[in-house]
This record gives sequence, structure tokens and C-alpha cells, in this order.
Amino acid sequence: MAGLEDLYREIILDHYRNPRNRGELECPPAHRSEGFNPLCGDEVVLTFEMDGDTVTDLRVGGQGCSISQASASMMSSAVIGKSTDEIRDLTRAFKAMMSIHEESIGGDGSEALDGASDAAGANDGTLRLGDLEALRGVVKFPVRIKCATLGWNALATGLDETVGAS
Amino acid sequence: MSARVSPEIDGAVKSQFPLLERSVHGRPIVYLDSAASSQKPAAVLDAMDDYYRTVNANVHRGAYEIAAAATELMEAARADVARFISAPSADEIVFTKNATEAMNLVARSWGGSNLGPADAIVLTEMEHHANIVPWHILAAERGCEIRWIPITHDGCLDLTDLDRLLDGAKLLSVTAMSNVLGTLNPIPRLAAAAHDAGALLSVDASQYVPHLPTDVGALGADFMVFTGHKMCGPTGVGVLWARMELLDAMPPFLGGGEMILDVTKEGFRPNTVPHKFEAGTPPIAEIVGLGAAVRYLEGLGMDAVRAHEVSLTGYALRTLTDRHGDDITVHGPSEPAQRGGVLSFVYRDVHPHDISQVLDQSGVCVRAGHHCAKPLMRCLGVTATTRASLYVYNDTSDIDSLAEALDEVGALFGR
Repeated sequence: MAGLEDLYREIILDHYRNPRNRGELECPPAHRSEGFNPLCGDEVVLTFEMDGDTVTDLRVGGQGCSISQASASMMSSAVIGKSTDEIRDLTRAFKAMMSIHEESIGGDGSEALDGASDAAGANDGTLRLGDLEALRGVVKFPVRIKCATLGWNALATGLDETVGAS
Repeated sequence: MSARVSPEIDGAVKSQFPLLERSVHGRPIVYLDSAASSQKPAAVLDAMDDYYRTVNANVHRGAYEIAAAATELMEAARADVARFISAPSADEIVFTKNATEAMNLVARSWGGSNLGPADAIVLTEMEHHANIVPWHILAAERGCEIRWIPITHDGCLDLTDLDRLLDGAKLLSVTAMSNVLGTLNPIPRLAAAAHDAGALLSVDASQYVPHLPTDVGALGADFMVFTGHKMCGPTGVGVLWARMELLDAMPPFLGGGEMILDVTKEGFRPNTVPHKFEAGTPPIAEIVGLGAAVRYLEGLGMDAVRAHEVSLTGYALRTLTDRHGDDITVHGPSEPAQRGGVLSFVYRDVHPHDISQVLDQSGVCVRAGHHCAKPLMRCLGVTATTRASLYVYNDTSDIDSLAEALDEVGALFGR
């Protein structure tokens, strides 16, 4: 049985209580993208600046539950300074982790996570989910997966639109 | 803590609901989400099971014995529902899929043949989406105007400008009891005001019929919709009641079998009311179940049901405030007699999703979200609320469990 400790890891609560990169950048020059969960009303508003192919800064606005806001906060820490290709790899790895079926998570779940990295084609050590691995327990609470992926989907959409427009 | 809060309804009621015997995460279930869907007593489950085991056949036009029996059971349930809401005739009861479909029926059929670009519909800021979106769709097609009755800070309708809002309107469509705030709206007064202005009154009674004695005549409604699954009945069946002269004049909603008297290559002649609005094979077992639910509630007595809920709502408001003080704010009217047992609350600054997740670990089932009332959420200045809602099978121990489980929320998300 999944316990609350699987969901509310200390690092997640820390990002919820003390969100990183909170705020909004001026658009333009920054780009803007929103994620919205019509089921619960959670929203994530991302503003980010690009220098060539690199996301040089990103701010997170909006409001929602601890999982949606902590995941967006952790995402912001993970993607600033990275190229769009690196961010897309990271997004694939994160979403793969979010799509692992509960039964496949045994013990500490490291095996399943390796699988996630494999799925992203990134098991060579160059790609690490780092703190984001704390969100692994969310898959045991299927209703909350959309909360965890809200910010990531918003960023993917935002990058697609920005790169497509440039 | 005693489970008895009203003399008529006692702990024996809970034991009549088989699901309430189960546990969740190793804890006895504490079901506090009846505004979303009620649990079902054994009497309803048995009625549906018996129907499928001994009677099952399609209704109407069958000459053989069990087809006739199925038709009889379905029509008996129609009479049960009519009696339950004091409708003048069982023919005024139209079975639909749910309250949403019933409201769409009113919008498409009555609205579609009565509303044009110069017309106005009046809604309120506390409506469920089921009483908003059908009118949005119609307004977009017909170019008619939608006006809104605002709410006061304590979650009641602000009727200051009612006469101005109703001036020239053709319909007022309003909830009898808010599914978020529990507010009981003054339906007879609204009916009088609407009729004085030459408008009809449509009532969303989804949260009202399950909980209070209902008399459509006394309410003054012209249309009323509600759903089976919130009143101890099954999902898949809802009800539209309307005055016969309105139903007679309205065109059919869906086309198909059962709703016709004759079909030719050139066209069709619609059946009589209520069959005109019941295209296709109806949800027969569900209708039979709804009839059993009505008889179950009549057995408890709707006055006793209401008394139980007023008493339990008062207990809940006192208990939550005593235990959690300023950490908790309950939306809606503070006087139990002015409201139903729907308690939407804010606990510290913890998000409703997180509250409901933590409560679930204690077996406490509450709803978190916008409750299909986003315009109201915007009025309240929130994106979501946590909602605990009560019914006949709840008792003071359920409230105590909720109050205790909130301590866990405080411990996890403590400041």
C-alpha cells in the first residue's frame, strides 16, 4: 500500500514551502507558456528567456497543490542553463518516470528509474534526474500524475512554440 | 461519542448501506462526499438485482408476461418519483440520463423553441456548470443574453437588483441548494418574482430533492431537474419534471424509438408526454432502482432526513471550529437551518488536493476541486475548495473522524 511518505517526500515539501525561481519575467523579451489542469483548477505560468538554443532564465507563477507547484519548482532548477535538446531529454526521462506502472516499482524503485532513463535513451550517466527522483512516488497515486507533469507539459509547449517561431 | 443526533434517524441507517462496511487503507470508511454521489442502501441494490434476475425485458409493446412486468415496474417507479416531489401527475415525470441531460433537454427543447436574439436568461453566480453551459450553448446559437444574480459575502443570493435582472427575461434558472456552499435559495420568492416579470422558473434541485421534503407546487417551479444517484439511487437515471402544458408544447429532444406515434418516409408524429422525451430503451433497472430509493427515503421520512442533517451540520460546524479555530474557514451560511449539509472549507493555506489526499489515508472521503462551479470559485477568490457533504447515513463519529484527520494535515503541512 502506498503511504503518504511516498508522495510527500521532504524535498518536495521543501520546494512547495520555498519555491525556487518563483515569479514572472517581462514578456517580451521573455516567452510565456501556461499549463492548466481543468480537473482541479491548478495552473502553472512559465516565463522564460532564451539565448540562442539555451534557456537562460525561467520563472514559475500560478497556483496549485503541493505536487504541481513543487514539481514546477524542481523543474525550474533543473532546466535553467540547459539547451532545448537537453531539456527535451530531461522531459522525456521525467515523463517516462511518471508513466511507470505502480507494480513495477519494487523496493526503492531504483530499478524502475533505470528503466525510465533507458526509455529516455540516457542511461549513460550524462542525464540525471537528481532531486526530481523524489517525485517518483507520485506514480503510486495516479490521480496526482497530472499535477506532477503540469509544469513540464507547459514548458514543452512553450519551447515548441518558441523554437517554431524563431 | 454518540452516533445519535436526531431521534428519528439513528445508527441503524448506516448498517443499511453495504459499502459503508468496508475499510479504506485499513481504516473504516468515512464517506463524506454525498453531494457528489450518495451510497446505496441494500433495498436499492436488491431491487435492481431482482429486476435483472427475475423480470428483465424491454419495456412497452411486449405482449409477454415479463415485458409487461418490466413496463409495470418502470411506470410504478414513475409514480413513486411523482409522489415524492408532489407532482400533480406521473406523466409529468420525464426520465433522463442525469440532471445534466434534463437541463440540456429544457435548454434545447424549450429554450430552442422559445428564445431568440432579443431574449434574456437569468442565472446565478452559484450555479453548477450543468445549469450554465447548456445556456451558454443556446445563447451562442440564438444570440440571447445571459444575466447573473450575484452572491453576497456569506454565500447567499444578492437579490437587491432582482427586478431589474428579471425585466424582460424569459427564464430564471437557479439551484435550489448550492452544491458548494450548501446555501438554500428562496425558491418560492424567486418563482413569484420570475412569474411577475413574465418569466418561467427552472430549478436545479439535484442537491435539494435528496435532502428536503419537496413539493413542486409549493416551490412554484415550472421546470425542475434532479438526479437519481445523489438520492440513494443508481447512476444513469435523472429526472425532468415540468408542468404538463409546457411539456405538451415542447418539441422532442432526442429522436428514435419509443418517442414516436408514427414514422413514415416523410416524417414522424411524436408520442405523448412523457414518452415523447424518452427516445430509445430507457435505463429500466436504474429507474426501478430509483423507485426503490424513493420508497426507502419515504420510509425514513424526509422531515426526519432534513432534521438529521440540520442537527449534524450544526454539530460539524461546532466541532470543526472548536478543534481547529482560525485554521479553518467554512464557506456559506453559518446558520444550519439556512443551509444543507455541504461544507466547503479552507484549512490553513493547504491546497484542497493535498487535504483530500491526507484525509484519504484515514479513510475519510472528501472532494477537492472546483465542484463544477468555476464562476462561483472566482467569486470566492479561490481555485478550489475541500468539500465534506453529509447524508442520512452519516453520524457524529464521521464528523469526529474528519476533525481528527485534519490534525494530520496540519502536522504534514505545518507552518
